[in-house]
Amino acid sequence: MYEYADFDAAFVRRRNAQFRAQVERRIDGSLTEDEFRPLRLMNGLYLQLHAYMLRVAVPYGTLSAAQMRQLALIADRWDKGYGHFTTRQNIQYNWPRLTDVPDILEALAEVRMHSIQTSGNTIRNVTADHFAGAAADEIEDPRPTAELIRQWSTDHPEFQFLPRKFKIAVTGSPNDRVVTKGNDIGLRIVRGGAGQTGYEVIVGGGLGRTPMVGQVIRPFLKRDDLLPYLEAIVSTYNLMGRRDNKFKARIKITVFENGMEAFRDAVEARFAQTRKDFSGVSSRKIAEIARHFALPEFRTDSVAAYDAARRSDPVFRSWCDTNLAAHRAPGHAIVTVSLKAHGKTPGDATSAQMRVLADLAERFGHGELRISHEQNVVLPHVHKSDLPALHAALKQAALATANIGLASDIIACPGMDYCTLATARSIPVAQGLATHFNALGLEREIGQLKIKISGCINACGHHHIGHIGILGLDRAGVENYQITLGGDHSENLVIGDRAGPGFAYDEIIPAIERLLRAYLALRMSGDEPFIDAYRRLGAAPFKAALYPAEAERDAA
Amino acid sequence: MSRQFTPKIVTANALIEGDVVYFTADDRWSRRHAEAELIEDEAHAQLRLIRAVRQQDVIVGAYLADAMAGPDGPEPIHFRESFRTLGPSNYAHGKQESTHV
Repeated sequence: MYEYADFDAAFVRRRNAQFRAQVERRIDGSLTEDEFRPLRLMNGLYLQLHAYMLRVAVPYGTLSAAQMRQLALIADRWDKGYGHFTTRQNIQYNWPRLTDVPDILEALAEVRMHSIQTSGNTIRNVTADHFAGAAADEIEDPRPTAELIRQWSTDHPEFQFLPRKFKIAVTGSPNDRVVTKGNDIGLRIVRGGAGQTGYEVIVGGGLGRTPMVGQVIRPFLKRDDLLPYLEAIVSTYNLMGRRDNKFKARIKITVFENGMEAFRDAVEARFAQTRKDFSGVSSRKIAEIARHFALPEFRTDSVAAYDAARRSDPVFRSWCDTNLAAHRAPGHAIVTVSLKAHGKTPGDATSAQMRVLADLAERFGHGELRISHEQNVVLPHVHKSDLPALHAALKQAALATANIGLASDIIACPGMDYCTLATARSIPVAQGLATHFNALGLEREIGQLKIKISGCINACGHHHIGHIGILGLDRAGVENYQITLGGDHSENLVIGDRAGPGFAYDEIIPAIERLLRAYLALRMSGDEPFIDAYRRLGAAPFKAALYPAEAERDAA
Repeated sequence: MSRQFTPKIVTANALIEGDVVYFTADDRWSRRHAEAELIEDEAHAQLRLIRAVRQQDVIVGAYLADAMAGPDGPEPIHFRESFRTLGPSNYAHGKQESTHV
C-alpha cells in the first residue's frame, strides 16, 4: 500500500501547524470570519446547518486497516461515533468543534491522511475505481496514476485559485465504476495499437445544475505525456474559464461555450510547452509508485467450503449473489460491504463498524479497504474459502445487508439534514424507500436498479445518472421532489430525463412504488432490468404510472 | 402601499461548536428559537443584524430569517429554519440530544 513520502508527511504537518495557528487567531479575533473562511475551507472544514463538518480525503478510495481504525478513533473522540462516506470517496464528520479540528488533523496525519483540497476551487481528491487492482476486467490498476495526480495537484502553486472546483477520476477498466464522463477530467486506461497502455482523456463532464457528459479530447495519450497534458488542460481552463459567474465557471461550460475544437486547440498549444518541462517524468514516477501497489500474494486453496456454504445457507447465498464481484485471481472475490442497511443512513458507518471492517480486512483481506462512490465499503481481495466466516462476522456487526445494486442500495447526499446548500432532505427519502420496498418484499423481484437522490441541484447524490433520480427542491416553502428517469452512471453515461411535475415529501415513496409496479408489469421477463425495460418502452408508460390522473385525462 | 414586512429573527451559528443560535432582545445568543427577539420592523431588523454581525468572537454567519409569533415565543416559518431548531432527522443529534446545552 502506498505510503506518503517524507516530503508529503512534512508538508501535511506544516500545514496542520499553520491551521492550528489560524484557528487560534480566529478565536482571539485577529482573523475575521471572512478572512478565516477560505483558510478553513482549504483544510476541508465547512460550516453546515447544525455544526461544522470536516471532509477528509480518502485518496482514490483506498484505506489501510490502520487508517480505518484511526477514522473510528476520531469519530469517538471528537465526533458522535460515526462517519459519513461520500460520493467522492471522502469521509465526513458532521459534529467537530472548531477548537478540536487541529487535533483531528494531527490524528489524521499520524496515519498519513489529511483534509487538504477537499474543498475550495482546487483540484479535489482524485477518485478511482473502487475495485482497482482486484477487478477481473481491469487493464491496469488506476491508483498509481491517481497517486501521481495527487502528488502533482497537491498545493500546485498555479491551481489553488481555479475558476471553480476541479474533479478528476481514473479507471483502469472498460466497465467504468467511477463516472469518468461526469468529472471535469476523466481518465480511462486503454491499450494502444502496439499493446502499450495509455489514457483516453475525457474532459468537460459534470453533474450539478448544468449536467453534461464529458467528451473525449484525446483518444490515446501516451503515459509519459500524462502530467504535461493534464497541466495543459488545467492551465488552459485556468485562463479561459469564466470567473464572472460562479454557475458558469466549471470546465464543462468552458468547453461548451468555446466548443471542443477551440478548447482542444488551446490545450494543444499549451501542451507543446508543458511537454518540454515534464519530459519523461510521468512514466518513471508511475513505475516507482506502482511498486507500492503491488498485489498481495493470492492463495490457491480449495473453494470447497465456499461451495458447501452456498448450498446449505440461503442467507449466505443471497448475500454472495448481490455483494460479490469477479476477482482477477482464481478462487478470490471482491466483497462489497453494504452501508445501506434498510432504514439506515446511506454511507454512514459507526466507529464500531469501522473497527470491525478494519479487523476483517486484516483477517481476510490483506489489510486493505476501499470506499466506493456508491457509499459502500469494499474488501477487494478475499479468498472464497473465507467468505462464510467473513459473512458471519459482518452479520454480527449489522453489515451483512445483501442489497448491492438493488433498490435499497441508494446514493443519497446529506441533504437538508446537514447541508447548508440543500433545498430539501434526501436521507429520510432514502430511508423510507429502502424500508418500504423491503417491507413489500419486492426488492429481489425488482432486481438491478440504481436510485440516486440529491437534496439540491448541485447533484452530489448523482440524481441525473440514476436509473431513477430524485431531486429535492424547495417549491414555495415546501419540500418537493422531481423524478428523472433513464439515467446511466456507467461508461455510457446518460443524463436522465425529467419525468414531470414534482411530488410532495409524503407523495414521493408512493410515486416510486407506482413506477416500479408498472415496471414489474411491463418487463418482458425477470431478466430484464428496469433500465432495459425503460429503454425498450420509452418514458410514456412510466410517466403514466407516475401521473395516473393525467394519463386518465389524456386517454379520455 | 408597501408590501407587508414578514417578522424576522436574527440567527447564526456558534463560533466554537457551530450550533444554531438566536439573537435575543437583550443581546444574548440563545440556543432556543423561542427566545429570539421577534423583529416586526424592517429598519429595526437591519440594525439588529448589524449589531449581531459585529459579535464575530462568538458567532458565524448571522442572517435574518422569517418567523412568526407563537404561544411560547417566535416560531420558524420555513422548513429549513424548522430543521435548524432541531437537528438532523436521521439521528437524535444536535438540539434533540438530552445533553445538548
